[in-house]
Amino acid sequence: MLLAAGAVAATGVVLSRPLSAEPGRADTIPARGGTLVALLDPEPAGLVAGISISAPAVAVSANVFDGLVEYGDDFALRPSLAESWESSADGTQILFRLRKDVSWHDGKPFTSSDVQYSLLEVTKKTHPRGNAVFANLIDVEVPDPHTAVLRFSRASPVVWAAFNGTEVQILPRHLYEGTNPLTNAWNAKPVGTGAFVFREWVRGERIVLERNPSYWDKGRPYLDRIVFRTVRDAGSRAAALETGEAQYGVMNPVSLAEAQRLRGSSTLTVQTRGFEGPAPLYFFDFNLRRKPFQDIRVRQAFAHAIDRDVLAKTVWYGFAKPASGPIPSYQSQIYAADTPQYRFDPQKAEALLDEAGVKRGADGVRLRIDHVPVPYGEDYLRAAEYYRQALKRIGVELTIRNFDLPAYLRVIFTNYDFDTHSAWYSAYPDPQIGVQRRYWSQTIKKGTPSSNATGVADPAIDAVIEKIQIEDNVDKRRALIREFQRLAQQEVPSINLLELTFFRVYASRLKGVDLGPFGSYQSLKTVWFGA
Amino acid sequence: MALAHIWLPRPRVLRYLAVRIAQVIPTVIAIVVLNFFFLRLAPGDLAEVIAGEAGSATPEYMALLRQQFGLDQSVWVQFVNYVKQLAQLNLGYSFRNSMPVLDLILSRVPNTAVLMLSSLLLAVSLGILFGAVSAHWRGRWPDAVLSAVSTVGFATPLFWVGLMLIVLFSVELRWLPAGGMYDLEHDLTGFARIADVARHMVLPVLSLAFFYIAIYTRLTRSAMLEVQELDFVRTARAKGLHPVRIALRHVLRNALLPIVTMTGLQLGTLLSGSVVIETVFAWPGMGRLAFDAVFQRDLNLLLGVLFFSSFLVIVANLLTDFVYAILDPRIEIR
Repeated sequence: MLLAAGAVAATGVVLSRPLSAEPGRADTIPARGGTLVALLDPEPAGLVAGISISAPAVAVSANVFDGLVEYGDDFALRPSLAESWESSADGTQILFRLRKDVSWHDGKPFTSSDVQYSLLEVTKKTHPRGNAVFANLIDVEVPDPHTAVLRFSRASPVVWAAFNGTEVQILPRHLYEGTNPLTNAWNAKPVGTGAFVFREWVRGERIVLERNPSYWDKGRPYLDRIVFRTVRDAGSRAAALETGEAQYGVMNPVSLAEAQRLRGSSTLTVQTRGFEGPAPLYFFDFNLRRKPFQDIRVRQAFAHAIDRDVLAKTVWYGFAKPASGPIPSYQSQIYAADTPQYRFDPQKAEALLDEAGVKRGADGVRLRIDHVPVPYGEDYLRAAEYYRQALKRIGVELTIRNFDLPAYLRVIFTNYDFDTHSAWYSAYPDPQIGVQRRYWSQTIKKGTPSSNATGVADPAIDAVIEKIQIEDNVDKRRALIREFQRLAQQEVPSINLLELTFFRVYASRLKGVDLGPFGSYQSLKTVWFGA
Repeated sequence: MALAHIWLPRPRVLRYLAVRIAQVIPTVIAIVVLNFFFLRLAPGDLAEVIAGEAGSATPEYMALLRQQFGLDQSVWVQFVNYVKQLAQLNLGYSFRNSMPVLDLILSRVPNTAVLMLSSLLLAVSLGILFGAVSAHWRGRWPDAVLSAVSTVGFATPLFWVGLMLIVLFSVELRWLPAGGMYDLEHDLTGFARIADVARHMVLPVLSLAFFYIAIYTRLTRSAMLEVQELDFVRTARAKGLHPVRIALRHVLRNALLPIVTMTGLQLGTLLSGSVVIETVFAWPGMGRLAFDAVFQRDLNLLLGVLFFSSFLVIVANLLTDFVYAILDPRIEIR
C-alpha cells in the first residue's frame, strides 16, 4: 500500500531500481520491433493526461510521458523520472532527486523547473482533483536542475498516492509557460520524456506513437510503433481482437459475455490484473434528501434484500467479487475486514421495513421509487433489472430511469432528482482521493460529477475523514481509515456492492504486459511480440 | 434525344432555380436558430462530460472549464457570439477534440461521401434493376423472390446487418477486414492503398446499401407498374415496338421521376444511416462525428455538423428540383 511506501520514503530509504519488471519472464528474451494496434474508446479529449484525464487519455499519455515514480507490486514505489526521494520527519517537505540523462522529445533537457511548473501551475490549477489532493502544497523549490523540494503547509500523506504519471504528470515548462494549459496546442501533439514519441493524431481514426530512440530506460521500449485505433462499437472491438487486426484492448474492450467466451480462446488473453490501483468499487446510493431513506432501517433492509453473490456471478459473469465495505479487500494495508455486514436475508429486510413503518399496502407494495443506473453500458442496466426483481420480493416497486451520460450527470449530481442510484467510482490507493468523496459532507457540491450524491452529512463520518486528511503517523492514519470503513458500513448511506474486476484483452503472443496495480494505466514500454 | 437539348439550361429553369434559392435563405436561418436553442434543451453540458470522464472533479475545476468553453455566459450572449462567428464562416472550436470544428468536418466529409455515394450508386442501380425485373415478371417467381428479399431488407436493422456481415466475412471466413478505413500496421501507398481502402469499404457499403436496395426495388416496381397502364405505353405497344424498348424507353424513363425525387430526399436519411454504419465499422466519417458530439454535448461541433448537413441536404434538394424541372417540362414555378 502507498502508506507503506510513504513510510519507506519518510525514513529516507532509497529503493533500488528493479532489474526486471516482468517477474517470471526472465527466461524469455524480449524481441524488438513490430507495430502494436491497440483499441481505444471513446476518443480522448486530449493526449496529456495531466490536463484531460480519462481512461483512454491515460492509456495513450502514459507512453509519451513519465511520472516521477511508478507503482510496483503491492503499491511499492519505483523510480521513474525521480531516482530517489526523501521526506522530512514532520512530513512537510519531500525532496526528489531527478534523473540527469533525460531529455524531452524535442531535445530540450528535463529539469526540476519542469517539475516545479507542472505541480504548481498544472496539477494544482487545471487537474480535476489536483487542487484537492495538493491543497497543502505551498511551494516547489529548485536548488539545482536535478533536485525538487516540495513544501507543504502540513503533512499530506495522500500525495504519495498521486506521484505516478496519471495524477501528477510532468510537462515541458518551455512549451507551456505563459499559455493557458487547458487550450495549449501541445495537448494534441504531446512532447514528453516517455518511451514513445507522438507521431500523429487523426481524429476518429488513429493515434500513432513511435519508439523513442534516446529513451533513458536503456533498451526499452521494444515495440517500434503503437497505433491506437478508436472503435466505438463493442461488437466491432471484439471482432478486431479476434481477427488479429488489433492486439490490445485497453479497458473492458468487449462485453462481459464476450469476455467470458474469449477466456477460452487460445490466441487471446483476458487479463484482470492491473486495475488494483484505480480500484473500481460498485455501489447502490440512497438519496438521503428523501424521506424514506432517512430511516436507517430502510437502508439496512435494502442492503439485506440484494444478493451480492448473484450480482457478481450472474449479472457480472464472475467479473466481480462481493464488496464488504467502501475499500476493496485487495488493498490489504488499509482494508478493514471486521465491519458490519448485511447478508442476503429478505425476511429480515421485510421485518426491518415493518419496524420502520413502511408497511405493505392493499396491493402488496410498500414503496414506489425510481432507480438511475450509471449509463456505462448494458451491465449496469442488467444490474438495475436485478434490483427491480430483488426489491419486488420485499414489496418495493422500482422504476428504472435510463439516461445518456450528460443527462445522467445532470440528474444525479446537479438536480439530485433520484430516489436510488447505482454506479462505480475508482477507490484509488488512498481513500482521500477516491473514497471520501462518497461520504464526506464537504463533497456535497452541486454540479460536480462523481461526488457525494447521497447527500450524506454524518458528523461522526465527517470527523474521522477530516482526521485521516491530517494524520501523518502512518499507523494512526491506518487505524482511522479502518474506523472510517466501520462507520460507512454501519450507517449505510450507500450499499457497497461489488469490487469490479476490469480487464484488458490482448493477443497471447504479446509478452511483458505490466501487471502491477496501475498496469492498465502504465506505459507499454515493457511489451514485446513473442513468437 | 440530343443531350444538348437537355443540358442547356433554359431561362425558365434558371428563374426557377433563383426562386428556389431565395426560398432556402429563411430555411437556413430557421435551422441555425432552432439548432442552437433545441440542442440546449438536452440536460448536461460539455464541462460535466469532461469531468465525468475524468472520474471526479472539484467545483473550481468545473468553473474553470465552463469559463473556458464560454458556458458561464447567458444563452443570449452565446447565441449572438455564435451568429457572429457563423457570419464569418467560422464554425467555432471543438473543446472535446481540441480542434477547430471546420477542420474536423472537412477531414471527415470525404470519408462519408465515398461511403454514401458508393452505397447510393449500388442501391440505385441494383434497386432499379430488381424493380424492373419484378415489374416485368409481375406475379411470377422472380417478383416473389425479390419482394420477399426486399421486405427482409426493409425490416432488418442496419447495425444487425453490419455485425452479421462482420461475423461471417471477417471473424469466420477472414476474407475482409472488420472495421476501419485502411490497414494501420503498414503504410501503404499508391494503388495498394486504394485497393486496401476498397477492401475496407466492401462490408460497410453493402450494409448501408442493403436497406436502400429494398426501397428502390419497391419504388421502381410500383412506378413501372403504374406507368405500364398509361395510354402512351398502350400506344407504343399498339405501334408494335419491341417490349424491351418499351420497358426501357417508355416505362422506365418515366418511372425514373419518383426515383430522382427519392434519391434527393434519401441523401438526408443516408446521412443518418451512415451514423450507424460508421459506428459499427469504425469508419471515420461525419456520422460518427455527429454521434460522438451528441453524447459528449460538444455543442459547437454538433451545431457545425448539423449546419453543414442541413446545407448539404438543401443543396441536394435544389439539385433534385433542378433535375426534375429538366426531366419534366410540365413542372411550373410556384
